[in-house]
Amino acid sequence: MNKRSGLGKSTLMNTLFKSKVSRKSVQATSQEKIPKTIDIKSVSHDIEEKGVRMKLTVIDTPGFGDQINNENCWQPIMKFINAQYEQYLQEEININRKKRIPDSRVHCCIYFIPPTGHCLRPLDVEFMRRLSKVVNIVPVIAKADTLTLEERDFFKQKIREELQANGIDVYPQKEFDDDAEDRMINDKIREMIPFAVVGSDQEYQVNGRRLLGRKTKWGTIEVENIAHCEFAYLRDLLIRTHMENIKDITSSIHYEVYRVRRLNENNTAVAHANGLPQHHMTSHEM
Amino acid sequence: MDAIMLQEKLVERLLCPRVRTARRKEKQYVGFATLPNQVHRKSVKKGFDFTLMVAGESGMGKSTLVNSLFLTDLYKDRKLLNSEERINQTVEIIKHTVDIEEKGVKLKLTIVDTPGFGDAVNNNECWKPITDYIDQQFEQYFRDESGLNRKNIQDNRVHCCLYFIPPFGHGLRPVDVEFMKALHEKVNVVPLIAKADCLTPNEIKKLKDRVREEIERFGIKVYQFPECDSDEDEEFKQLDKELKECCPLAVIGSNTVVETRGQRVRGRLYPWGIVEVENQSHCDFVKLRNMLIRSHMHDLKDVTCDVHYENYRAQCIQDMTSKLTQDNRMESPIPILPLSTPDVETDRLIKMKDEELARMQEMLNKMQQQIHDGKDQ
Repeated sequence: MNKRSGLGKSTLMNTLFKSKVSRKSVQATSQEKIPKTIDIKSVSHDIEEKGVRMKLTVIDTPGFGDQINNENCWQPIMKFINAQYEQYLQEEININRKKRIPDSRVHCCIYFIPPTGHCLRPLDVEFMRRLSKVVNIVPVIAKADTLTLEERDFFKQKIREELQANGIDVYPQKEFDDDAEDRMINDKIREMIPFAVVGSDQEYQVNGRRLLGRKTKWGTIEVENIAHCEFAYLRDLLIRTHMENIKDITSSIHYEVYRVRRLNENNTAVAHANGLPQHHMTSHEM
Repeated sequence: MDAIMLQEKLVERLLCPRVRTARRKEKQYVGFATLPNQVHRKSVKKGFDFTLMVAGESGMGKSTLVNSLFLTDLYKDRKLLNSEERINQTVEIIKHTVDIEEKGVKLKLTIVDTPGFGDAVNNNECWKPITDYIDQQFEQYFRDESGLNRKNIQDNRVHCCLYFIPPFGHGLRPVDVEFMKALHEKVNVVPLIAKADCLTPNEIKKLKDRVREEIERFGIKVYQFPECDSDEDEEFKQLDKELKECCPLAVIGSNTVVETRGQRVRGRLYPWGIVEVENQSHCDFVKLRNMLIRSHMHDLKDVTCDVHYENYRAQCIQDMTSKLTQDNRMESPIPILPLSTPDVETDRLIKMKDEELARMQEMLNKMQQQIHDGKDQ
C-alpha cells in the first residue's frame, strides 16, 4: 500500500478483509507521527473462510510523499520489492532448494490517489511510472466521499488519460490478457479504474440492516453500496475474481523479468572475468 | 443666519435619533457626537479595499471557497494544468481583482492566488515566491509612503492569508509547518481545514485538536482574534468564544446550487445526502465568512498595518542604518530620509574636525600622564 498518511490505507485494508489486519488496530491514530524516512512495515495474518486458508501480508509505507522534498522517495519501495524477488531467486537457484519456496514477493501494490478532483500530481506520475514496471499497480481514489459523482467521473477520466499519456500500465495490463474472453472482462475493468473507494470499520444501522459505513450530518455513506462508492468492485477484483491472476502475473512476468536481468548481470560479470563479449541489456530504472 | 440654519440642518441630518433626544436633555452640547457618522459617510464614499491571499496545494477547493465567500465567479477563464505541465511548474502569483457592491458600500477585493504551491515532487522553499511577493508589497508601500506625492497611495499589502490544510492527513505536514512559519510574521495567517465534507464530526474534532496542538508546539503565530470589549453584549461574547474554540475552521465550498428541503442553497449533491455550505452543523463556512467579512475584516487590516507592516518597516530602516554605519557613504533606494548625502566640502570639514579632536585627545592624555607622573614623584 502506498500513500501519504491519512488517506485511509489502514481502514481500507481492514474493510477489505473484514478483520483487523492492519497496523491501525495496534496503534492509536493520535500517536501517528510523520516518520522522517520512509518505513516499510510488513504485517502478516492468517485468515480463513469456508475452510480456505490464506496467509495475507500487508505492507505499509508510512512516510511516503510526506516530506517537503520527495525526490526519490520511491527508491526504498523499489528496493524492497526487488529484495523480495532476490530472496525468491536465491532460493530457486539453490542446489538444495525447498519444495515450496516461501513466497514473500509483492503481488499487488495499491496506490492511493488523493481526491483532489483535478489530475494526477507529479509525484503520483513519477512513482507509478517506475513501479508499474516491477509490480502490479492498482490505483484507487482514496476518501472518495469528498467527490460528487460528476467530479468523480471527470477525475477518473483525467487520470486514465494521464496514465496512458505517461505510458503507465496499471493492472490489469492490456498486454497480459490471455484470450478474448479475458480481454472483454478486463476491458470493462479498465474502463472503471481507478476505483473510487471509501473505507470504514464501523457499522451503522441503515434501513434495518447493519452496514459498514461513515456517518455524517448529511447522510450515511454505505461502503458496500455501489451507488455510493466502488469499494465492492475493488474487493471483487482483488479477492473474488482476480487474485489468482494477480499472483500469476507477478510470478510469470514481473519475477521472470527480474530473473532474466539478474542472470544476465551474472553472465556479464562472468564474461568480464573471462574477457568475453557481453550482451547489451536494458536495465530497469531504479 | 441662513448659514447657521444650514449648519443646524446638516447636524440634524447627521445625528441619529438617539443622540437627538439626548441633546434635548443636555444643556452643554458641542456636537462632535456626529463624528462616527461623518466618518461613515466619507468611508462609504471612498470605498474599501481588501487583499486576500489563498495558499495550499491544488485541489483543496480554494477557488470554490473564494467564489462561495464572495458570491462571484472569479475563475471563469481558468485553465487547469495536467500532470505533464505540472512537472515543470513553478509557484506563481496571480491576482484577481473585482469590485463588488452591497447596499451602497463598495469593496475592491483582490484575491492573490498561488498556483503551484506544494505540488511538485521537491517542494523545497516553495513558499519563497510567496514571501517575496508579500515583502514586495510592503516595500512598494514603504516607498510610496516616503515619497513626495502621497495623495493616492494604492494599498496592495496582503491583509490576510487563508492556508488550506488537507483533511486527508493526521495533522500538519512538514510543508504546512514550514510555510506558516515563513509567513506568520509577515501576514495574518488563518489556517483552514479544506474539503471538510470527507470527515465525520468526530474526525473533524480530532483533526482540529491535533492541528491546534501542533500549531502551539511549533510556535506558529496564527491570526488571533482580538478580545471582546467588556461592554459588548453577551450574545456577541458567546459567538466570539465559539469562534475561537472552532479554530482551525473546517470549510466546504460550492459553485453549485442544489435544492433541499424546499430551498435552493449552495451545496454539494451526493448519493447519500446533500451538504449545505451555509449550514452551521455541516461546516464552519458561515463562521469563516462572518469572521472574515462581517466582523474582523477591519481588524485584519489594522493588524497588517500596525504590526506586520511596521515590523517590516523597522527592519528595513534598521538594515539601512546599519549599512550606513558600515560604509561611510549613503546608498539608499528611498528618496527622503533624515540624513542627507554628505558632499565633498562637508566631508573635508568632518575630517578636519576629526583630526582636531584626535590632537586634543592626545594632548589631554599627555597632560594626564604628566600629572600622574608628578603625583608619583
